[in-house]
Amino acid sequence: MSASPAPLLAVQDLRTRFHTLEGIVNAVDGVDFDIHRGETVGLVGESGCGKTVTALSILQLLRCPPAEIQGRILFRGQNLLELDGEEIRKIRGQAISMIFQEPMTSLNPVLTIGDQISEGSRVHGGMTRQKAWRWAVEMLRRVQIPEPDARVREYPHKLSGGMRQRAMIAMALSCKPQLILADEPTTALDVTIQAQIMDLMLRLKEEIETAVVLITHDLGIIAEMASRVVVMYAGKVMEEAPVKELFKDPRHPYTRGLLGSIPVIGRKAQTGRRLHEIPGVVPSLLRMPQGCRFHPRCPEAIDICREQESSMVSLGEHRRVSCWLEAKNTGKEAPTRGQGGME
Amino acid sequence: MTETAPKADPGKNQAKGLDSPLRRSWVKLRRNKAALVGGCMILIYAACALLAPVLFSGNPSAPNLGKSLEPPSLDQLLGTDELGRSILGRIIYGSQISLLIAVGVISFGLILGVPLGLVSGYYGGKIDFSIQRVTDMLLAFPGFLLALALVAILGVGLKNTVISIGISMVPIYIRLVRGCVLSVREEVYVEAARASGTRDAVILLRHILPNVMVPITVQTSLGMGTAILFAAGLGFLGIGVQPPTPEWGAMLGSARVYIFNAPHAATFPGIAIFLAVLSFNLLGDGLRDALDPRFKL
Repeated sequence: MSASPAPLLAVQDLRTRFHTLEGIVNAVDGVDFDIHRGETVGLVGESGCGKTVTALSILQLLRCPPAEIQGRILFRGQNLLELDGEEIRKIRGQAISMIFQEPMTSLNPVLTIGDQISEGSRVHGGMTRQKAWRWAVEMLRRVQIPEPDARVREYPHKLSGGMRQRAMIAMALSCKPQLILADEPTTALDVTIQAQIMDLMLRLKEEIETAVVLITHDLGIIAEMASRVVVMYAGKVMEEAPVKELFKDPRHPYTRGLLGSIPVIGRKAQTGRRLHEIPGVVPSLLRMPQGCRFHPRCPEAIDICREQESSMVSLGEHRRVSCWLEAKNTGKEAPTRGQGGME
Repeated sequence: MTETAPKADPGKNQAKGLDSPLRRSWVKLRRNKAALVGGCMILIYAACALLAPVLFSGNPSAPNLGKSLEPPSLDQLLGTDELGRSILGRIIYGSQISLLIAVGVISFGLILGVPLGLVSGYYGGKIDFSIQRVTDMLLAFPGFLLALALVAILGVGLKNTVISIGISMVPIYIRLVRGCVLSVREEVYVEAARASGTRDAVILLRHILPNVMVPITVQTSLGMGTAILFAAGLGFLGIGVQPPTPEWGAMLGSARVYIFNAPHAATFPGIAIFLAVLSFNLLGDGLRDALDPRFKL
């Protein structure tokens, strides 16, 4: 994807923290990334690394307090964090919309599919009820729901998971947004349905020329869909790279761990090797380790990793990594690798 | 499975077909015998109230002292009271008063309680805090005692009876609705509605309110019974609806003195109260079962 001078969305030093009884939780801690028009960027990481909170912060869907959002979120050059409630409401759904993870619970059980899809175009497009209803039928047709004329009058419980997610996509796209935040859109679906939904999203994305932030922990989906990947760990960006480069040459030990833990059918039979795992768990956001946040789980950690947070090293356009090893590689001194690295 | 009806008015026939949640509950409710009995008795009371002048000719409040405290007979099916008035006639006309009070009280509770509960639960924070502290204060008194105290302030009469019992119902609705909103507002579909730029008012009325209607409906049916009981209680104490208006509680109160020589005079109004409250409770329980899958309390 060619980089146009002004990105559609620029997240700069985003910090989202929650004030809880146990203390302050820094769920997102200084995240920044850009998205250009029509681009698909993958946001990858384990559960609890701040992917969803990042998306919710962009649309300001978090309750403040207890949440507190700092930094800059520039959308078409405008800082979303400076908008008042009414202004951000107009952005939501119209310019930026969101697809949620749970198709089973993200549709209101007491409203028909048509009512829910037409809501957006009535709120933002100022359409009449009739017109919005016809548009809802058209949207259902576009997401390939059979018999849209009949389905539009049905309640969500009559639809399967895949159909509901299609309906959610129809809802998210009904106002032709410039940016879609897709939060694990296929996690709750069967593998076969996943592929269909992904194809559908890819096709519709081309049709309405929208940019997508694809939040997932499934690197297979990223390889299919995204042109660029941002890898997050414990609220921070660890690595960013165009998708091909990331898969070919991952620079951060965490990315390597993630890539290594993808199951490959037949690998064990061929090589006799067990599936790789990253040892340990994501640290509690309340008790972040000192130094690099990944160092307790990092097989390549060196002394400085335990003491000081690594800084971002730029390796070219849209290619950066936050790791001491890389910093030393690009710097003068040769890296002195620790052994094992586990504490 | 799918009806392929051609384009009809959108939104108009959405309620049709068995797939509508309301329709399914209705089928379930019809299977519940107790609720049906309750519902039918309520219909009978309602018919009595509406058709009172047809069912009973004459003035139920006009005394006929020559016939006082007559036991039930073919002429006077339920006998007469101490002023010689037909107890049957007064019970029939009394159903007007009781249902009027029930409807008035519930409307009062709904109109004030539901919006306050919605706002309190949805917005939280300081608004929630202030509404809840007032609610706490009102709930600190037993309901009947609160109504009694309010009557003492407002004075007797039909209107004041409705207002004072109505006020004692408001905190119950606030608590109920707030509790349900607290759970519904965390649902993904509410977040999805916010994410698509829907206004708070629309979210509250279109997305949240229908999802808390079930407990409200059940509480309304149960509350009607309570309202009738409270009104009868105030009438019995002589501080509710005033004579000569035929009110069941007041009838019971004035017949109390003659309980040994003319037990029928107190018995029949008592049965009328008992059956009315029972019917609303049976219906309320039935509704709760029928609407169960969505019943979150």
